[in-house]
Formats: sequence, structure tokens, C-alpha cells
Amino acid sequence: MVNTPEKPELHWNRKEHDNLILRLAGMWRIGKAIPSSEQVKKEIEGSSDLRRISFDTERLLAWDSSLLTFLVQLEKECRDRAIETDREGLPEGVQRLLNLATAVPAKKDARRTSAKESLLRRVGRQVLDFGHGSMEMLAFIGEAFLALLKLMSGRARFRRSDLFLFMQQSGAQALPIVSLISVLVGLILAFIGAVQLALFGAQIYVASLVGISMIRVMGAVMAGVIMAGRTGAAFAAQLGTMTVNEEIDALTTLGISPMEFLVLPRMLALFFMMPLLCIYADLMGVLGGLIVGVYMLDLNFWEYVNQTRATVALSNFWIGLTHAAVFGILIALSGCLRGMQCGRSASAVGLAATSAVVTGIVSIVVATAIITVICDILGV
Amino acid sequence: MNDSQPVIEVRDLTMAYGSFVLQRDLNFIVKRGDVFIIMGGSGCGKSTLLRHLIGLKAPARGKVLYGDVSFWELDPTERKRMMRGFGVMYQSGALWSSMTLAENISLPLEEYTTLSSRQIDEITALKLALVGLAGFEDYYPAEISGGMRKRAALARAMALDPDILFFDEPSAGLDPISARRLDELILELRDSLGATIIVVTHELASIFAIGNNSVFLDADSKTMIASGDPHRLLTDCEHPTVQNFLTRGQDMRGNGAES
Repeated sequence: MVNTPEKPELHWNRKEHDNLILRLAGMWRIGKAIPSSEQVKKEIEGSSDLRRISFDTERLLAWDSSLLTFLVQLEKECRDRAIETDREGLPEGVQRLLNLATAVPAKKDARRTSAKESLLRRVGRQVLDFGHGSMEMLAFIGEAFLALLKLMSGRARFRRSDLFLFMQQSGAQALPIVSLISVLVGLILAFIGAVQLALFGAQIYVASLVGISMIRVMGAVMAGVIMAGRTGAAFAAQLGTMTVNEEIDALTTLGISPMEFLVLPRMLALFFMMPLLCIYADLMGVLGGLIVGVYMLDLNFWEYVNQTRATVALSNFWIGLTHAAVFGILIALSGCLRGMQCGRSASAVGLAATSAVVTGIVSIVVATAIITVICDILGV
Repeated sequence: MNDSQPVIEVRDLTMAYGSFVLQRDLNFIVKRGDVFIIMGGSGCGKSTLLRHLIGLKAPARGKVLYGDVSFWELDPTERKRMMRGFGVMYQSGALWSSMTLAENISLPLEEYTTLSSRQIDEITALKLALVGLAGFEDYYPAEISGGMRKRAALARAMALDPDILFFDEPSAGLDPISARRLDELILELRDSLGATIIVVTHELASIFAIGNNSVFLDADSKTMIASGDPHRLLTDCEHPTVQNFLTRGQDMRGNGAES
């Protein structure tokens, strides 16, 4: 086809001085170069005596929503200028759809207006939200504590199989990623230390450096961060989805406490598994240091091991384990808290998972600081 | 069956989310053996009313009486005990997705009865058979169709042989035939168990097929505008909103509807 007759076209001419005829031709389809209503608008603006617009669609081959949006905009423009539009010349289907689109006037107060708030108001609201959020968190921690007391008195109800499942998921299945991260952290620590210590010919102290830092805090912190991203997010997403599906409501109406049934096994699983993961991460970190020591610093294998054993006191190990157990509870709590607070939509579940990871990692860092200060005061 | 005995009485109930009042001044009585319909247009607070009745949301004002006990004035432990006498089927089914159908149904039994695990298995199988799902014990909720999920949810709601069964939009998302089967099942349960049944729905077919008492919530005036047998509401109630609703807006009795 030479002329490409499908091309949507728009022409206009005046029949009388106050009547404009729009001639629509070709294929008015989404994706084609649809003429803009702006052109007509300019024409309308140019003539103040225009009273009426009519249409000629004899050569219009096909149309879809693109024609409708063009017409709706045009009509709106015309209404504002008190120009009458004559729908007679339009195809019948178009007329009917236009009638349908204009049948119910836009609800004035339905459209959400983002009302401008003053700074003071915004700050105030943020503070109130923060206070509210803190109260919720405290209430949650309190409830979790009560559930724990119930567990100790042997009256808490949850399924043992759930506990073992969570232990498997958060423990054994996390080993590969914990190995990778811990070995790398060990390597990095050894590497940084080696550069400095080699200046004094004190390469052997790389073993002490890696041993103490991994076993005392870094093993637990790295395992904690991994767990927050892996398990904390998973908990939040699980509980969030259960909230969306009304599964938590279903538990509540049966008189089963979601706190005991859902939160407790997750908390216990992480409480038990985190120290084990921490021991594993410690070993892997020391292994990473060993690799650098033996292959880069030419230290003897046994020399390195003996130096580690000689300098890492057992108290370091216990402190590491304490870190890990605390982190386990914090991660489980933040994951479950965000999951239970979840709104009732898919995006809310995403937000809950994100927020669980952020809360988890922040609380890990804060807890590390607190434990470090306590250890300093106690002199261990 | 004593037909005049009230099971649930709602007095001056006002429901609100924060300062946003959803419905106010609700007053109605559900009698033993009723199939009581809570109806009204979308967003008028039907499901929220249900949440007030089953103990998930406290009223802003007013009372919910079970027999002569004021439900929301009980202390939480007592209320929880009372809630065990309810069976609830949620809109989405709300089966616990990490458990098989059998585990879903047996959980309440394990929690609240001292039955042996063999007896529990037998009861579970029976409940599943009652809703036509015999043999599906080991399926997970995600592995069965929407209609089957609703029926499984019904089986779970019946697990503890409750006196009062609540249904939130039982036939939503079901094809007409499955919806009718579910309606029949609900009637069957009422007749055979002598249970009282509360249904939130806006499906006209269900309303007329099973309901013998109802309350109509209106979103505009924020209160109930009619109550009673839905069939009688259709013939007697003059309120245009109720008429419109019950006739799918095809009522021509001179309320200005054209053609």
C-alpha cells in the first residue's frame, strides 16, 4: 500500500463561522500515531465565536480506546468553553461508550488528595507513630515473655513437629551460607591484620587476632546477620501471609494463642540453633585465618593452631555463645513481630519482611554494643 | 426445638475503626435454629459485624449477648472458652496452609479434647466425609480447588461440633452449582446438628434459599434499615435500598427507575 490508508488522520474545516467539523479518517488504534487533541484545542482557542463541533467519521476505518480518550479530552475542553459537541456523526459504539463514561459524574471527594500537612503536624504524627510502634513492640515482647513462662510451666501449646522443622530450616539448612561468609570474614580479618603485623615481624599474632575476634563477637554477629536476612525475613513473610489469609484469626477464634502456637516454636528454634551456628561460624572463621596464615604468611599449621589455643580464653567462647543466644531471640522476635503487624495485602507482606530484616540487624548491632559494655564493666 | 429462645442478642452496637464509625445502633436477635443472614452492599461492615460476634474485634459501644452473658464484658480467658463453642468459616477458607487437611481438622480436637489419636483420626475422616472430601486427608490446602478448600474449611469449623456456626461469604468465588451444594450442606447441618447459623453474604440466591431471619446493613445511613425473614422483606419492606438490593435493582415499583 502506497498511501498507508491505515494512518489515523484528523482534518477540520468550518461549515459556518460557528460550527467546526472534525474529519476523522484511518485506523484510530492504540500504538498508532494518534493526532493530539492539543491541535484542535489550539484551533478552538483561536476562534472565540465557535459554538459547536460536529464529527465526520465516514472514512474512519477502525477505532478503540485511543479515539475515546481523544474525544473525552476534547469534550472536556469544549465544556469548559461552553461549546456544544454533536455526537451524531460518531459511530454508534463510540456514542454509547461515551455516554457510559460520562453517565456517572466523577465523585468529587473520592479522589485521594494528598493534603499538604504542615511540618509541625508531620513531626507530631511521626512522634505519635513512633510512640505507638514502641508500645506495640513492648506489648509483643511482654506477650512473648508470658508465653515463655507458660512454656516453662509446661502449659504452652504448640506442635513439636513445627519446632523441629524450624530448627532444621534455620539450623542445618543455613550451614552452607554460614560456612562461606565465615571463612571469608576469617580470611579478610587475617589479611588486614597480616599487613600491619608483618611490619613488626609479628605474623604469628594473626592467629590471636582472628581467633579472638571471630570467637568473641564476629562469629556470632555474622551468623546473626545471615539469620536475620534468611530466617527473620522468612518468619515475617510466613506470619504475614497467614495474617492476610485470616489463618491467624482462625487460630484466635479457636482459642489457640498465636503467640504460643506460632511465635514460641520459632523463637525456641532460633534460640537453640543460633549458638550451634555460632560455634560452627567460629570454626570456619578460624579456618579462614589459618588459610591466610599457612599459605600467605608461611606459618606452620600447628604453630597457628597452638597460638590460637594459647590466646583465646574460654571466656571469649562463652561470650560469643551468649551473643548468639541473644541474637537468636531478637531475630525471631523481630521477624514474628513484623509478621503479626502485617497489613492485609501482598505488598504489606513484602514490607513486613523488609522491616523484619532491618529491625533484626539493628537490634543485633545494638545488643552487641550493650553486651560489650557489660563485659567491659564485668571485666571479662 | 424451642424456636423462641434467643441465642445471640445485639444491643445498641456501634462499630468503629478509630474515629471512623462503620455502623451504629445495631439491635437484633438471633434465635436457636435460625439461619441468620447479615446482608448489605459491599463495604457496609458485614464482615466487621461478624468479627464483633466471634470475638476478634471489640465494639466501640453496645453489647453482644450470648444467652444472657455479655460477651465483651467477660474476662479474656472466659471469652476464649466461649469462643470454642463457635465454628467459623472465613471468607478465604483460612485453612492453615502449612498443614494437611487432616491436621487442620484435628488441631482443634487435639487442643480441646482428650481423645486418643485414633479416635481423632476417625472423627477427622468423618468430618471430611460429611463435606464430600473423604480421602483428601493428606492434601495440603494449596493442592485442592477453591470449592474444596471452602468445604474443608467448613469441616474444620465443625470439628468441635459447635452450637453456633459463622460463615463469612461462603459462596464467594464458587460456581453456582458448588454454591448451591454448600447452601444445602449448611441447611443439612442446621437440621441435623440443631446448630444456629449466621451467614454473611450478598448472594441473593443463597439469601432466599437458606435464610429465615436477617439484618440489612446500609452503608449510607450507617445503621441497619431492615430485619426479619428475607422473603418477607422482599414482599413487605418498603425501603427502596432494601428493595433494590433484593431485586438486583430491577424493582419497578415507582422509585424513579426508568425503562
